Amino acid sequence: MPTPTDDVMRTADGTPLKISLQRALVRSRLRALLLVLPLLAFVLVFFLFPIGHMLFRSVDNRIVGSVLPRTAVAIQDWDPDRAKLPDEAVFEALVRDIQAAFKDRTLGRVGRRLNYEKPGMSSLFRKSGRGAARITGAPYRDRMIAIDKRWGDSSTWRLIHRESGALTSAYFLAAADLKLSERGAIVRQPEPRRIYLTLFYRTLWMSGLITVLCLLLGYPVSYLLATLPLRISNLLMILVLLPFWTSLLVRTTAWIALLQTEGVLNDIMVFAGLLSEDGRLQMIHNKFGTVVAMVHILLPFMILPLYSVMKTIPPSLMRAARSLGATPFTAFVRVYMPNTVAGVGAGCIMVFILSIGYYITPALVGGRTGTFISNFIALHVGETLNWGLAAALGALLLGLVLALYLIYDRIVGVDNMKLG
Amino acid sequence: MPLPIYASPLERAWHYTYRVICAVIFVFLIGPIFVIIPLSFNELPYFTFTPEMLSLDPAGYSTKWYREFFTEASWQDAVWNSLVIAVFATLISTVLGTLAALGLSRSEMPFKTAFMALLISPMIVPLIISATGMYFFYALIGISSTHLGVILAHAALGTPFVLITVTATLAGFDHSLPQVAATLGANPVQTFFKVTMPLILPGVVSGALFAFITSFDEVVVVLFVGSVEQRTIPWKMFSGIREEIRPTILAVATLLVCVSILLLTTLELLRRRGERLRGVRAS
Repeated sequence: MPTPTDDVMRTADGTPLKISLQRALVRSRLRALLLVLPLLAFVLVFFLFPIGHMLFRSVDNRIVGSVLPRTAVAIQDWDPDRAKLPDEAVFEALVRDIQAAFKDRTLGRVGRRLNYEKPGMSSLFRKSGRGAARITGAPYRDRMIAIDKRWGDSSTWRLIHRESGALTSAYFLAAADLKLSERGAIVRQPEPRRIYLTLFYRTLWMSGLITVLCLLLGYPVSYLLATLPLRISNLLMILVLLPFWTSLLVRTTAWIALLQTEGVLNDIMVFAGLLSEDGRLQMIHNKFGTVVAMVHILLPFMILPLYSVMKTIPPSLMRAARSLGATPFTAFVRVYMPNTVAGVGAGCIMVFILSIGYYITPALVGGRTGTFISNFIALHVGETLNWGLAAALGALLLGLVLALYLIYDRIVGVDNMKLG
Repeated sequence: MPLPIYASPLERAWHYTYRVICAVIFVFLIGPIFVIIPLSFNELPYFTFTPEMLSLDPAGYSTKWYREFFTEASWQDAVWNSLVIAVFATLISTVLGTLAALGLSRSEMPFKTAFMALLISPMIVPLIISATGMYFFYALIGISSTHLGVILAHAALGTPFVLITVTATLAGFDHSLPQVAATLGANPVQTFFKVTMPLILPGVVSGALFAFITSFDEVVVVLFVGSVEQRTIPWKMFSGIREEIRPTILAVATLLVCVSILLLTTLELLRRRGERLRGVRAS
């Protein structure tokens, strides 16, 4: 090793101190990263990737291309504005595809997919599957039209032409009660199929109502808890924390027992003579039931952040306001309340975020009129099997939640999130 | 907030009205939970108080729903499944979450906020979206309708809670302590178990409790990822409420309330221990 002749500070082995420190920093960074890595990998593989994979279904349109591969290629040459129908080659491709798909039993999938866009397509493909199996040679076009005259209708072909690409906007449009017309313009769905905007609107306003009610109930309680002596407030806090820690299903069950027509509240009101035996109120399986049960379930999420903010407000502020001549009311509104804005914001956004994504309680007590977007996502995943639409609704819901979460992060900071 | 002697009658009236309002809200919070306890001893299969119960006639009460819970195989399976799934999910999320929290609380950690946002996401994303995502993907890799699948899903949902509680504990952590241990000749493993671990233990335990209750109480993901083989207590309750409503559900609910009282007590004791260790005196 050459003897260093410059003025650079060196460590014992002769490396310049600067470089040596840099290396140490890189090493400690790597060590820190290494600790985070297992969890990161775990969350990526078992949580984030599955969600991304599911959300991709909202634009994924490979069904037509994979079940009718020849047709999807051949139809690209057809210009719907020039010729009314595709030429003989496309019909031949279609016959071959239908024959193959009929044998593999995949034809139903394409029929179902196109049926979302145009009612009747499912039956058209079922019928054509049986018919095309008997077609052995030209003329393919006339024989297909003989099976079903809808093959002679250019709107059928325009639809196949449009949906033979790899990506589609149809699910997102459907989630916003829109669709593409035959000519490719965006138009509104026919009246009876416009349900999702109403649903989004209902989810938002019910969540808003739940948030406001939580704030109205949570604010006075938090104020009481924050101003009472710690010995008493700790005891009262148990009344907030016990519901918080109690199973969601237990609380939902409790509300069913209380609110149903043969339930405790109706019994009490009949007993007290407020209601007649036949006049029992329908308080569950509707909006009322959902709102009451969800306010109860989400109230602790409002009280806890409010309490932690109110706890930091010195009582001397109010006393100072009073001594300067403010009435108790003015002192409270002008001095105390502005200090709680951060807590109000945090609590409201938290409750709102949790509320718009809620599934279990609306599913159990919401009936037909008190259900949320989540319930329709579950419906499309589990029953109607319209996964693309479920994914599009999910993507819109997720976008909404993430936007609110960003605001929450601005107000509170994820790092300052407190639990229990 | 005692009432001053010089308070005007109006202030006095408001003072008491306010307390009554708060009492009503507290009743709203806690009442429903306590209503189910007497109902679970109903002799008849209804969710309502019978005249016999109201007249405190012993014949109106019975413990048969508890007997049904403790003897029926499907409920016992559900208890077993709930425990197995929650214990393993808690183990995974506690180990991974604690490690990550240790990494994230180091000052040299790069992209701290971005990592935190990603790792917290299981708590933010609406459950129905997580559940459907897992439903499709877990089926694809062949772990849907297995205990493993549900455990992994619940572990993912539980990690943010461990991460948050342990990070919060580490915020008050004196980072020179491990260095002191190192200068005194302890190797990193010894330092972790003898110095770091005892200090962050309350955070780890309360995080683990949160992860446990998250899994134990979770129903949406089990409904989608699991099958009858993985039915847990919440799953049984959910399908019970939807299909045939029986007071067995109320008996289970009562038992679960006891479990949450137990959990709450544990957490409170942990909090007090933490305060004592840090020398904070409860006033």
